[in-house]
Amino acid sequence: MPDTHSPALRSNQPADAHAAVYRYDEFDKTFIFERVEQFRAQVERRIKGEITEEEFKPIRLMNGLYLQLHAYMLRVAVPYGMLSSTQVRRLARIARVYDKGYGHFTTRQNIQFNWPKLEDVPAILHELAEVDMHAIQTSGNCIRNVTTDQFCGAAADELVDPRVYAEILRQWSTLHPEFTYLPRKFKIAITGSPNDRAAVQVHDIGLIAKKDEVTGRVGFTVYVGGGQGRTPYLAVKARDFVPVEEIIGYLEAILRVYNQLGRRDNIYKARIKITVNEMGPAKFLGLIEEEYARLPRQKFHVDPAIVDAIQTHFAAPPWADLPAVSESFEAAKQADPAFARWTRTNLTAHKTQGYAIATISLKPIGGIPGDAESSQLETVADLADLYSFGEVRVTHEQNLVLAHVRQDDLYALWQALDKAGLGTANAGLISDIIACPGLDYCALANTRAIPVAQRIAERFADLDRQHDLGELKIKISGCINACGHHHVGHIGILGVDKKGEEFFQILLGGDAGTNAALGEIVGPGFDYDGIIDAVEVVVNTFVKLRQPGEIFIKTLARTGHAPFKEALYARA
Amino acid sequence: MLVKAKGTQQSVAASRLLDGEAVWLGTGNIWVEDVALAAVFDGADAIAEALCFAKAEEKRQVVVDVYPLDVEITDQGTRPTHLRERLKGIGPTVRRDLGKQARQPTA
Ligand code: HEM
Ligand code: SF4
Repeated sequence: MPDTHSPALRSNQPADAHAAVYRYDEFDKTFIFERVEQFRAQVERRIKGEITEEEFKPIRLMNGLYLQLHAYMLRVAVPYGMLSSTQVRRLARIARVYDKGYGHFTTRQNIQFNWPKLEDVPAILHELAEVDMHAIQTSGNCIRNVTTDQFCGAAADELVDPRVYAEILRQWSTLHPEFTYLPRKFKIAITGSPNDRAAVQVHDIGLIAKKDEVTGRVGFTVYVGGGQGRTPYLAVKARDFVPVEEIIGYLEAILRVYNQLGRRDNIYKARIKITVNEMGPAKFLGLIEEEYARLPRQKFHVDPAIVDAIQTHFAAPPWADLPAVSESFEAAKQADPAFARWTRTNLTAHKTQGYAIATISLKPIGGIPGDAESSQLETVADLADLYSFGEVRVTHEQNLVLAHVRQDDLYALWQALDKAGLGTANAGLISDIIACPGLDYCALANTRAIPVAQRIAERFADLDRQHDLGELKIKISGCINACGHHHVGHIGILGVDKKGEEFFQILLGGDAGTNAALGEIVGPGFDYDGIIDAVEVVVNTFVKLRQPGEIFIKTLARTGHAPFKEALYARA
Repeated sequence: MLVKAKGTQQSVAASRLLDGEAVWLGTGNIWVEDVALAAVFDGADAIAEALCFAKAEEKRQVVVDVYPLDVEITDQGTRPTHLRERLKGIGPTVRRDLGKQARQPTA
């Protein structure tokens, strides 16, 4: 075994003993195994013909089993995006034994298997349950899984651990009978730092941590009414600051107002984003404030004791006391320019001295965004055990994260990643593209999305060129459902059907970060070959216009869309 | 079934219940895995009759998700007119080693 700093490995504990994953208690375990057996019986009855497809379909969807273009697809949940190395190895095994040797990480922070056989699904679910995992999909018009940012509990800029409040919200909402009959499904996202990494402004409710400069109190900026899909809206700011202990009361007020006013007559108009915008944000926010003033606030006060109790579930791993600067790390950067390049894009500052957060790119040039082979998953699990307390995180940008790596270990980590095809130095760059499965797998698609991403990455394969371009996020969806988040790509690409042919629209100026914005369609679309050239025209226009050090989205904000339009359409 | 079939020549697609494999109704009411071998039904009556049989197959736990699609007849056999249906007959274009294309060197 290579040298390891893992305290667990050096003692006799399992290597992932400190991974901050949700661990089932006996009650949860029993429930999950019962669900598996129930589903096994239902599959048997379906195969025997004792239940019809109409009866079976909702059951299989609830268990995460969808029918796609070529085969079934199983969608496995990854709560808060956290996996232990044991779980990662199990996913690798499932891919190898029951599927075609790979899994696909999605923008919803879950993993999909693209080829399971119906008869095998109960066995797969059983194997998942053995490692505290499941494919149960929260469905229905309730508050869905609360999502958080992928650097939670590790980032240097973190003010509060968002998982703690995600968990408090989960408990509050499951105890709330009237909130299980909302007009429509409801999604909440929380970022624990002032820098948004959870795209909170495209959620029904979004919370961004904030510190009150005067009092030093910590709380959240609250956004309401965002969403993507066919009618995208950016959330509006409801309050600049709500102290953490008042957050439940404030959300209660929002949910109450929505529950009374949300449209139940039309499924396309029932999301809170429509309510907010049909009524006008000012009026809606006024109602929230009235409701909040009326509420028995004391009843919704968040008890610090509860916060502490939940915090212990997300306990920090036993970080070592390290010097601020690692000499071996600095030396390796000097000696190996390829490693130095990776450290510029794929590392994020850790809150503990001597550590760093490493992003593992699942976007090798020309690869399929988000796909990982079984052997790669096993490599990641091994590296997580050696260098990051046996914990692996899944990001909504379809990458993986090792959140607690000693700077001393970074060079060894990167070398091992690079050997496995996982060391690409492109996090946040033009080839770190989000793409939905599109027509290569999805039965709802108008167009393919993956090969568009691949061809763009190949066009810009030169990493020096990519690094020179700086942060530039391309996001691609194969239809209006927006699974590929095209509305919030710096460059968004939307696939449309034009008389049976694939056609692609370009959106410019979207942003999923702290300065969230929705992109605007720049003009007429492009065909399958033309879209790659068009992206390059946009990029070259940026290069011509940028000021020193300026990234794409800033240049675009400064110049407006006109020069880009001109470059794209005046050529003809 | 996003793409509505409206031509006079149509085939019938489905997915096999047990493994989700894409199949089409062939001649002699047999499900075939190769879209080139899909039977072509000409005119509303023939199409309705084929769909009726296919729906019955759904009840017999053979297939699921039955629907009609527009096709044309070519030298290589039946060819769906819409890209989506053509891809269903091939497999993911980004993984040529997977799906039907991996089994049929001619495809
Ligand atoms: C291939 C099977 C898939 C199907 C049939 C599907 C279908 C849909 C549909 C119908 C919606 C709209 C839901 C609504 O607004 O009520 C949706 C939304 C969404 N999908 Fe998918 N999807 C699939 C795969 C994926 C994958 C692989 C991802 C991640 C890469 C994904 C991520 C999302 C996200 C993030 C949204 C929410 C957009 C929003 O905020 O409204 N989906 N999907
Ligand atoms: S955006 Fe459309 S094509 Fe892409 S996965 Fe979602 S439903 Fe399928």
